[in-house]
Amino acid sequence: MSSVAKLKIKRGGAGESERWESFEVPFEPGQSVLDGLRWLRINKDPSLAMRYSCINANACKECMIQLDGETVYACTARLEPREMTLTPLPNKKLIRDLVTEIAPPAERFK
Amino acid sequence: MTPEPVAIDTDVLVIGSGAAGMYAAIEAARGGARVFMVDRSLIGRGGATVMAQMTVAAALGEEVPDAPAHHYDDTIAAGRGLCEEKLARLLCEDAPAAIRELDAWGVGWARKANHITATTAPGHDRARCVYVDFINTGPAVSKTLRTVIARNKDIHKAGDICIVDLVACGGEIAGAVGWHVGSGAPVTIAAKATVLATGGLTRLYRRNSASLNMGGDGYALALRAGATLIDMEFVQFFPIGHLAPRLVGMDPIMWDPFRYKLGGRLLNGRMEEFTSRYGSDEDGRYVLPRDLATYAIIKEVEAGRGSPHGGAYLSFEHCAAADLRTAFGPVIDRLAANAIDLTRMPVEVAPIAHYHMGGVVADAQMQTELPGLFAAGEVVGGANGANRLSGNAITEALVFGRRAGASAAAHAKKVAKKIARRELAAGDMRAALDLVRNGHLRNEHGARSGPNTAAMIARLQAIMADDVGPFRTGTKLERALGGIAALAAELGERPAAANGGFDLQRLEWFDLRNMLSVARTVAQSALQRTESRGAHQREDFPQMLPQWQTHQRVRLVGNALQITGAPAAALAS
Repeated sequence: MSSVAKLKIKRGGAGESERWESFEVPFEPGQSVLDGLRWLRINKDPSLAMRYSCINANACKECMIQLDGETVYACTARLEPREMTLTPLPNKKLIRDLVTEIAPPAERFK
Repeated sequence: MTPEPVAIDTDVLVIGSGAAGMYAAIEAARGGARVFMVDRSLIGRGGATVMAQMTVAAALGEEVPDAPAHHYDDTIAAGRGLCEEKLARLLCEDAPAAIRELDAWGVGWARKANHITATTAPGHDRARCVYVDFINTGPAVSKTLRTVIARNKDIHKAGDICIVDLVACGGEIAGAVGWHVGSGAPVTIAAKATVLATGGLTRLYRRNSASLNMGGDGYALALRAGATLIDMEFVQFFPIGHLAPRLVGMDPIMWDPFRYKLGGRLLNGRMEEFTSRYGSDEDGRYVLPRDLATYAIIKEVEAGRGSPHGGAYLSFEHCAAADLRTAFGPVIDRLAANAIDLTRMPVEVAPIAHYHMGGVVADAQMQTELPGLFAAGEVVGGANGANRLSGNAITEALVFGRRAGASAAAHAKKVAKKIARRELAAGDMRAALDLVRNGHLRNEHGARSGPNTAAMIARLQAIMADDVGPFRTGTKLERALGGIAALAAELGERPAAANGGFDLQRLEWFDLRNMLSVARTVAQSALQRTESRGAHQREDFPQMLPQWQTHQRVRLVGNALQITGAPAAALAS
């Protein structure tokens, strides 16, 4: 069994051209995709933008992204020892990397 | 070139949108104020409230006869001689009204035979803790307040706002300077009154039970503005935070409600009961106080009798599957999705940073020592003394939030009689604006150079967990202060310049600025308190000493922390 997960991430800010970057992160059974992303920021690239707050509890609902084309919460989707494609939500305005504008309009800064 | 700041004008600025901030906003609007509520994260989603899976203490007297005076007695007993009497009284006396108002707003407190039911919890002399099934208390409270706010046209709100500093004008706090994380734009907010509702500091620790944004922002903002903090050394560790097997989609403090309802057995790595060795026999019931449980688990691990991942086992194997299902409904299925079957296996638990007793000095009107600045919720210091009674955290968020909102609205009215519109003088916000407008230019360093803020936060969390955890020594605390100073030097005096939307590294720079300042106050206060009391345990000073029945007040003078003792008043029962 492979001991790494390969995260292929669509990156770029609003109005920039998109780029794809791949990172290998250590895999342990039971981990979440968010665990992998947090490891990646600490150990490989802190410039990766992602949104999360409650870390593990699936309480804040802030970490919504797409995994292989399906909308998931990064904190509950399991990391797997294979290539996993991570992209921002396609139906929300892109801010940067995996971060989109998900707040209801009345709770945004205008 | 950074754009001109977006200027906002309001009566009351509320910083933070957990239960304390939201209740403050509602009450301030009720008092006739226009309110602007900001959050570092999204509105009503970050912070601690939404994570609170447990219970809320209030002497409703519906489940069993009760009165606020009994709740107060339990609160000050837990506080080990350091509760601020007026705050503790306010917490207990106003709790029933806040709980009933939330009930009227449809929060859905668990009911039995037409009354709001309540459960017992360690440290309470009777069933006093209300909750929303199943382990849904915090999310229900958060959602209810958010819904009330959504219907109120006098409350404006904005998420993704990082507040950098409070602004003083003419001897009063007159608003704040920050920036919008979503765009990078600087923001100035002129306010006739400001409420800090930023929560605690659990993010300083490696393992914690709250959100990413609990980095002690409010303590740092207050300290830099000249306010006084007290009792910063008292960090509460929750003894049985989930450790293993890996559990996703649930908060690590989720075992407590199981303990309330079903007891459960705490076992060491040899599957032996062990708490009696430390002075408390469990006897199948859940009576063990938090400080003692934390001590017992850490000592068992140190003695080589820990569970495989370095904690203790918690077992419900003696409970029937049907009883587990009745008590926890759908939670059993969520556990099953994590391959956890409580009828057949124990889980591993270990202490986890959970709550902070210390904080900003405020009176019973939630007025801080700085005119124009109010505080609410966990950011307030003193109500819970050296150790918080279980169930009092959401209670104080609601009660103090309500009070702070009313006080802030009254203050704003007074200011409005003198001036129509609060203006922020450029001179008074120059330093803060300079930070948000004139950072390092990225092209000097390249987008990926500069400090690795994510790694620095992890290093700070390791320092705090290893050397400023539940058990402290002078040597460890000195080492921690050295490590914190080194991180501060590495962070430098200014961040990278704004670089478009959601620059997480830049946000973390501002987070670290606050976290390092707050970590220093915790470690320094802990070093000075040469005794053991409640959540502050010194292995080199193991006794609780009468001469230390004293608050430690912390102020920032220049760049130095000034810590002075203030004897705690004797508490009337």
